[in-house]
Amino acid sequence: MIEVENLHKHFGSKVAVDGVSFTVKKGEVLGFLGPNGAGKSTTMRMVTGFLPATKGRVRIGGADIEENEIEAKSKIGYLPEAAPLYSDMTVEAFLRFAAEMRRVPAGEIQAAVDRAIETTFLEPVRHQSVDTLSKGYRHRTCFAQSIIHDPEVLILDEPTDGLDPNQKHEIRQLIRRMGETKAILFSTHILEEVEASCTRAIIIDRGRVVADGTPEELKAKATNAGTVVLRATGLAGSGIRAELEKLDATASVEVVESSDEGLTARIQPAKGKADQLSAAVFGLCKDKSLTVHELKVEEGRLDLLFREITKKETEK
Amino acid sequence: MDALITLLLEFAIPTLVVAAVFVALLLYALPREVRTIFKRELKSYFTSPIAYVLFVVFLGISNALSFFFTGVLEGGEADLFLPYFQYLPWYLILIAPAVGMRLWSEEQRLGTLELILTMPLAPWHAILGKYLAAAVVLFTMLVLSFPIVWTINFLGEPDNGVILAGFVATYLVALCFLAVTSVVSAITRSQLVALLVSVAICLVLWLGGLPHLSEMLMNLKGGWLVAWPVLKLINSVGVMPHFTELAKGVLGLRDLVFFVTFIAFCLFATSVAIRVKRA
Repeated sequence: MIEVENLHKHFGSKVAVDGVSFTVKKGEVLGFLGPNGAGKSTTMRMVTGFLPATKGRVRIGGADIEENEIEAKSKIGYLPEAAPLYSDMTVEAFLRFAAEMRRVPAGEIQAAVDRAIETTFLEPVRHQSVDTLSKGYRHRTCFAQSIIHDPEVLILDEPTDGLDPNQKHEIRQLIRRMGETKAILFSTHILEEVEASCTRAIIIDRGRVVADGTPEELKAKATNAGTVVLRATGLAGSGIRAELEKLDATASVEVVESSDEGLTARIQPAKGKADQLSAAVFGLCKDKSLTVHELKVEEGRLDLLFREITKKETEK
Repeated sequence: MDALITLLLEFAIPTLVVAAVFVALLLYALPREVRTIFKRELKSYFTSPIAYVLFVVFLGISNALSFFFTGVLEGGEADLFLPYFQYLPWYLILIAPAVGMRLWSEEQRLGTLELILTMPLAPWHAILGKYLAAAVVLFTMLVLSFPIVWTINFLGEPDNGVILAGFVATYLVALCFLAVTSVVSAITRSQLVALLVSVAICLVLWLGGLPHLSEMLMNLKGGWLVAWPVLKLINSVGVMPHFTELAKGVLGLRDLVFFVTFIAFCLFATSVAIRVKRA
């Protein structure tokens, strides 16, 4: 549904987006991650046709955003980062305006407005003027206008910004649910959000895509992925450590706590042997008749990967 | 009483015709998007105090000045052009930009420009819809100045056809100034800047058409090689001569074409300004 090909954006001599490509298919929720100023919003603004690209193409459901502007735009629902609204309208009037603009047939406008209000929990402020709304309500009102015409493609720039934890949870669920039938691209810098609602994620830094995969694939790339944590007793800590280091699958052993009775350690797998490490450690404990209190394989952590990748880029 | 009814008819019919043409245009000839933008914008004018404040200011100034200082009453002859209409464009230099200053600068300040331009509509839909809403505000303002016509009719027997021409000419000048404001407001997000710059440009446009300037240009042709083309340009887009012709009741095609071309050009320039600002 969303095809982005080699997108560039230059502001004067500053390169904001430097060759970004990705696709989002129907039924996919693509998380767009990156530090502030990485080019997330600029990319989204080009995808929605607000900013013209310096180079590259964007196609929405096959329609080019520049050559076939109106067709492409009619398939998109868009929540801009600042959640802009007309302050002199009521929530309901604004949503009616959005529905008309988004080409909802005249007879279905009321139903569409009611549905959007219900989905985004706006009932208490339905008749309230926009300029009296709290930040969370403002954000949700703008979110409501993006889904009012039940679009095939949803582009959400930080959709949970300014919401309380309960509302965040609801919106994530909503995104996940809508993602089953739509193509969704949403940006965030909250990593748990990616795990909660994305089927795929892209990390972008300094205008370039630096990682692309499912949350699981990305997590596997983090340096802590596959690390085995062991807490065992029955032998002196230093003895266990020596044995662990002898294993083929071990790259290094980091001792967290050590005593005469035993140790707690984090064992890094050697390259390509991550899947053998836990079995090898368990075998070792069995051979040496150690009492195992804890043995677990760590999942990679997204925040770690995020920091590693974006830091590396900064150092370059 | 009969006189008032006749008078109302004389003016009500043309006014209604204009309004009917306008409504028909909106409903049948223009896309739904233009209508939606127009409706929202018009509502926004009348839910905020701005339209009412401007009405009061305009009617106050125009009526007070013509009654007390320019001698509509003392003139003895029932002619509105000299005492009334010739001053209206001067007030409009301020009033039209005050009506139009929010058109695009407000969209930029609120960030709603990003919403509008990512909705499925061509930029000209939005430009036209907003422009028409502001044009209706100015139209209402002129309609509200009707009491002066009634007064003149009460006092004497003026040529109402000429008075109507005066209103038409005044309205066309107001639309020109509004179109200029549309361009300027697309360039800045500050309404104040939009107002000041537009007023300055409208002033130049108005004065640029001064008959004296044309004469001066004739004499200067030899010497001022650098300034001459610039002055000539300003003189050629000067609004005043076109206004004067029309307001006297001379309905010239040349003047009408000038107004229509000028407004169309400004609306096109607005779309360019919006596009350039994003790139």
